[in-house]
Amino acid sequence: MRDKPFAITLDPGSSLANHTGSWRTMKPVYLDRLPPCNAGCPAGENIQGWLFHAESGDYEQAWRVLTLDNPLPAIMGRVCYHPCEDVCNRGHLDSAVGINSVERFLGDEAIRHGWKFDEPAATSGKKVLVVGAGPSGLSAAYHLARLGHRVEIHEAGPLSGGMMRFGIPKYRLPRQVLDAEVARILDFGVTLKLDTRVTNIEDSMRSGNFDAAFLAVGAHIGKRAFIPAGDAARIMDAVSVLRSMEGEERPQLGRRVVVYGGGNTALDVARTARRLGATETIIVYRRTREKMPAHNTEVEEALQEGVMIKWLSTIIHAGEHDLTIEKMVLDEKGYPQPTGEFETMAADSLVLALGQDVDLSLLQNVAGLEIKDGMVQIDGNMMTGHPGIFAGGDMVPSERTVTMGVGHGKKAARHIDAWLRHRSYVPAAKHEPVTFDMLNPWYYSDAPKIMRPVLDAIRRQSGFEEVQGGLDENNALFEARRCLSCGNCFECDNCYGVCPDNSVIKLGHGKRFQINYDYCKGCGICVAECPCGAIKMVPEDA
Amino acid sequence: MPFQPVKFYQTGTFTVGNRLLKPEDRSVQSHRDRSNAINSGHRACQGCGEALGARYALDAAMEATKSQLIAANATGCLEVFTTPYPETSWQLPWMHSLFGNAAAVATGIAAALKVKGRNEIRVIAQGGDGGTTDIGLGCLSGMFERNDDVLYICYDNEAYMNTGVQRSSATPPAARTATTMPVGPNPGNPFGQGKFVPAIAMAHEIPYVATATVADLHDLEAKVKRAMEFRGARYIHIFVPCPLGWGTASHDTIRIARLAHETGLFPIFEAEHGLQVSALPIRKQLPVEEYLKPQKRFAHLFGAKPELEVIARIQARADRNIRKYGLVKQQETP
Repeated sequence: MRDKPFAITLDPGSSLANHTGSWRTMKPVYLDRLPPCNAGCPAGENIQGWLFHAESGDYEQAWRVLTLDNPLPAIMGRVCYHPCEDVCNRGHLDSAVGINSVERFLGDEAIRHGWKFDEPAATSGKKVLVVGAGPSGLSAAYHLARLGHRVEIHEAGPLSGGMMRFGIPKYRLPRQVLDAEVARILDFGVTLKLDTRVTNIEDSMRSGNFDAAFLAVGAHIGKRAFIPAGDAARIMDAVSVLRSMEGEERPQLGRRVVVYGGGNTALDVARTARRLGATETIIVYRRTREKMPAHNTEVEEALQEGVMIKWLSTIIHAGEHDLTIEKMVLDEKGYPQPTGEFETMAADSLVLALGQDVDLSLLQNVAGLEIKDGMVQIDGNMMTGHPGIFAGGDMVPSERTVTMGVGHGKKAARHIDAWLRHRSYVPAAKHEPVTFDMLNPWYYSDAPKIMRPVLDAIRRQSGFEEVQGGLDENNALFEARRCLSCGNCFECDNCYGVCPDNSVIKLGHGKRFQINYDYCKGCGICVAECPCGAIKMVPEDA
Repeated sequence: MPFQPVKFYQTGTFTVGNRLLKPEDRSVQSHRDRSNAINSGHRACQGCGEALGARYALDAAMEATKSQLIAANATGCLEVFTTPYPETSWQLPWMHSLFGNAAAVATGIAAALKVKGRNEIRVIAQGGDGGTTDIGLGCLSGMFERNDDVLYICYDNEAYMNTGVQRSSATPPAARTATTMPVGPNPGNPFGQGKFVPAIAMAHEIPYVATATVADLHDLEAKVKRAMEFRGARYIHIFVPCPLGWGTASHDTIRIARLAHETGLFPIFEAEHGLQVSALPIRKQLPVEEYLKPQKRFAHLFGAKPELEVIARIQARADRNIRKYGLVKQQETP
């Protein structure tokens, strides 16, 4: 008392003695939520995760994170129909992030700089046979090699790539890109045997001492439909036409080409015919544009190139220089019904693009293996009814895209690995999804999407140059930074700044934040002002 | 111009920090070594806008003055919730005065420092809208008129919150307070001239006058730092929502402040020597209903029969602010 000034009886105290955290009924907690792009990726890429590195200009790290899930980014960046962009939350603000273009940029950078995959895990001593060197088989082989297994791919064809080479035209996927990404997988220790047709899977496994097999032979037999035709009518199937584009001799289609079908293959073959010099290319499809299974970007590009589409029509007779067409109407269930109205259309050739069947000849007499509707049936672990034989890609029931195939390869590899180690693979629990209303978009600057350069329509009608260009370093960086980082903290310091009670602790670069519950009153401002929805309020325990 | 070619940092400059920016380009609040002028453990309500605004302003001032700063504080919420004897939350020399004389006390501190030749030590006076626009206006005007070397900061929450939400001369028209009840033919605070102290300060032609809200931290910090570049009387008026007095959710404090600006009801601008030199443009203009609806003090406008005429008069005030201060950028023709 004596040392204190006049009228002062207590030492100065700090308000830190007052633990205001006791006021709280709700508390903020940090969490990672599942961004819609990641949820929507058929290959299971951690898109938000690799964009995070691309945003800081660390493209190699971005590529490394990307290739943990998908070894073919330069291919993906060209042929994927990017369902991620359809669900991107930025679409609610201006337009979706150009994920596909950044992916292509990263893939091209990797080829340019010759980046190699990280060394695989310790060898397991197990050997796996992969049948088919398409997207699914290559993906499975890569992931199995990562997990330490010895992998051999047996490919019936003379070249790798499967439908990526024999189905997708060059103007969408230049072959040097395909070759570079396949070569990187082979450098990683995967053995590829070309011109090696597997005629009986059990024999091949026994003779090569394989412990497991992954079947990914695809679906490359063009479906035929019965169309009454005159002797001189020229009818081909789309798969054969596209495949012959890889050979010496170009297919002879004539000047007026009609393509029958409404899928992506129909568009690919129509656009190819246009480039081969057809003056008139018409797609005949029995339903409407809304019902067409082909992807919208392909339809748009085809129309720009002068491909015409005849909706609500079926072909009922093919002659030497003309086709007879019947008009259709959609009934209330959306199915096309004949009208009895006919017309004639001039055509030098008819290409059928009515879907593909699977060549199942290698699966003769395999015990337990089930085939339904011409496709191999698998369980949730991608395994067929025969233990140790797994299958994926176009030969199992699923959407038939390159990305889906890559996803099957990854999933199968994980289950094959678990099966070989006598374990079961349990995928990590998915984070809860993050929706646009959980974000605070005020904090994001307005930044419209960058459109990739597109080749002139005139040049697209005469040659096989790549239609879509790539981004350069500057605009790829800009595009990556348009990412909202939905549901995943990107250390913007907002929670740390907006807390009226200084009860957010900043842990430093890369370590994120922590709440000091001694003082947090539970006001919830940090949650409301988090741009990306990575904090939520939960009730305090009673 | 098809796209923005150069600097773009994912969140622009709107978030508190940004890992893609150099540390010196980030806000003061993003730094781990910010001075935290008001420490944890203070007794402000959940989501207090004033606690936030005062820390934002003082941390920026502390950085600008290399922590050579003394504050004089008027009576009000800010004083009551930070200093229940014997505790204090203040991390700087801080002096409590009466309700109405913070400006005069600060003048005295500045005079004493001048006599002692301690020019490097700067003085801030601060108070709420009651202590500034009503009770302390005489002392404040005198401080302006003498051009004393003080930065006066008013934290405006539009009523006497500490004593139970009584009307002040900063209370907006139609707002309900304990003394302007939502009953009778013309409920809430009457329409009138009110008192907008930034304009009064500009009329004194002091070196620097600015307004800010807790919703735009970068703007607020820039203004405090700018104020510290001047000698003489300076005034900053910071809009700080009060969840308790306004009847808003505690998590909405910053959102409400943002809406006050984006509707045009609270103009953000700065003026030097009596002339306006800048205005913070509205990024996305919104109707005043967006601002009024989340607040219980305006709930009587949105009953079974909405008071459309009153809302229209409030909208007219916002439109007038937008014209007067130039809050909406003219569209540049491409």
